[in-house]
Amino acid sequence: MNIFVLMKRTFDTEEKIVIQNGKVSEEGAEFIINPYDEYAIEEAIQVRDKHGGEVTVVTVGNEDAEKELRTALAMGADKAVLINIEDDVEDGDQYTTAKVLAEYLKDKEADLILAGNVAIDGGSGQVGPRVAELLGIPYVTTITKLEIDGTNVKVVRDVEGDEEIIETSLPLLVTAQQGLNEPRYPSLPGIMKAKKKPLEELELDDLDLDEDDVEAKTKTIEIFLPPKKEAGKILQGDIADQVKELVSLLHTEAKVI
Amino acid sequence: MNFELTKEQQMIKEMVRDFAEKEIKPHAAEWDETAAFPIETFKKMGELGLLGIPFPEEYGGSGGDTISYAIAVEEIGRACGGTGLSYAAAISLGASPIYYFGTEEQKQKWLVPMAKGETLGAFGLTEPNAGSDAGGTRTRAVLDGDEYVINGEKCWITNAGYARQVIVTAVTGKDENGKNIISAIIVPTDAPGFTINCNYDKMGVRASNTCELVLEDVRVPKENLLGDPKKGFKQFLYTLDGGRISIAALAVGIAQAAFEKALQYSKERMQFGQSISKFQAIQFKLADMAMQIELARNMVYKAAWLKDNNKPFTKEASFAKLFASEMGFQICNQAIQIHGGYGYMKEYEVERHLRDIKLMEIGEGTSEVQRIVIARQLGC
Repeated sequence: MNIFVLMKRTFDTEEKIVIQNGKVSEEGAEFIINPYDEYAIEEAIQVRDKHGGEVTVVTVGNEDAEKELRTALAMGADKAVLINIEDDVEDGDQYTTAKVLAEYLKDKEADLILAGNVAIDGGSGQVGPRVAELLGIPYVTTITKLEIDGTNVKVVRDVEGDEEIIETSLPLLVTAQQGLNEPRYPSLPGIMKAKKKPLEELELDDLDLDEDDVEAKTKTIEIFLPPKKEAGKILQGDIADQVKELVSLLHTEAKVI
Repeated sequence: MNFELTKEQQMIKEMVRDFAEKEIKPHAAEWDETAAFPIETFKKMGELGLLGIPFPEEYGGSGGDTISYAIAVEEIGRACGGTGLSYAAAISLGASPIYYFGTEEQKQKWLVPMAKGETLGAFGLTEPNAGSDAGGTRTRAVLDGDEYVINGEKCWITNAGYARQVIVTAVTGKDENGKNIISAIIVPTDAPGFTINCNYDKMGVRASNTCELVLEDVRVPKENLLGDPKKGFKQFLYTLDGGRISIAALAVGIAQAAFEKALQYSKERMQFGQSISKFQAIQFKLADMAMQIELARNMVYKAAWLKDNNKPFTKEASFAKLFASEMGFQICNQAIQIHGGYGYMKEYEVERHLRDIKLMEIGEGTSEVQRIVIARQLGC
């Protein structure tokens, strides 16, 4: 089975976000594999171990992503591909990433593509579905279980805490939700072997794409941190007065009514 | 010069930290309380290849370097000092001597299963009357036909209760100057006459297994002699040089844990209307702590780098061990001070770090012995 995983390098969840000159500062920050993509990598390895084939992990980014790709290889993926758009694209968005990935994947005859359900930084959850649309294959998001029998696939999907069971067929793209599996630690021999596994680096040119083809469809107007949490206010006096005051504050201060 | 870790070293650091945070740290207080050796955790560490980091693949290892190994010790020690000690002892004392000095046959038989994490090994050097003065070893091994017959006692031997074999140092004769010849012999722990008692009630590193060994007419084949029969003493000095790097790394890990708790607490603790981290008295302590840890870590990496590059590292390993253990003790002490009365309570888990790190000034050569080693390297 020809399996691909779409992976993103993201900020460590424990990192404190600092905004400098209208951008999230990356200085000194720790980076990790997007946690939802870790589930996708783990599932891909399990599917390969059960049904045979090969797992290729693909990322769109810059050369710093090599460490995360090597980590995926250390977990057990067979190949990695870095599509480096740093020199060609200044401000990409989900459209950019999806277009690049789809262009790369279109002649790869993928049977199964896995991605994280959402990246913990941007949080749009769009790249996976967009890639499937561009490739013209079905997709199922936020899955918690995957069973493959020949080309028939049974998927359990998380719908806000409930389960939806979907039957579909390969080729297919799925996005992983927490609970799909327990990602393994990369083993020491895995880490040492990872440096010998193939890691291909491509640029837009190699995919016959121009900057214009992948130009972002959205514009970022402003980036700001959520307002600092302030101490709560405890109202005093008669209940009737408190209610009046509360209603008035909701109108004038919180402006939610 | 390049102060950056390689990608592999970074990945190992992340993986071990992740593992230690999830599989070790949550249990550290309980293991300390009950003095329980976490054998199941060692099995998991074995499966991940952590017990074979510095050994080549052909001997079941992961083919990593000493720096990677030191990183792993630091990260495990950051989660639990006792687990860190048993981990460091398993590799530096249990397995490394066989890798350095063993025959091919001995490596296949004893080293490979250890590097794969299937078995543990121990190193029996210290005796009730021979600690810093290792030359005063009284355990004797006498050749009888094709077998050595060993008699003697060893004390404070790490991991012996879970070991498949112990490398025991013993007097095998006298040289032309009348000095004792000390050899190292591999003794299977199931050999008749070999008694192992693990009843010590320790101050710290309580998750680590520590035992007393009694050998009464224990017979082992003479092929179990490790390395050069006349150079047992030199061999264990070399072994201890390597072990010191790991003890230094362990001290850095424990100190790092204490520092992180002190920093966090000082930001949360409010006195006189502000967090105590706003007071210079606390800031100066934290600044000193962060500086000392970084200096010690750099020394650990340098000693490990020298070893990896086959350069002499005796002096640097002693620098690292001495500095890291003494600064670490101060840091754990200051971490309690910053916590005030809460720090004196077990619930806050900083007092454990002080109890754990005290051993680093004693084990694998006391601070005093380190100063002797350094002075000798200076030509005194």
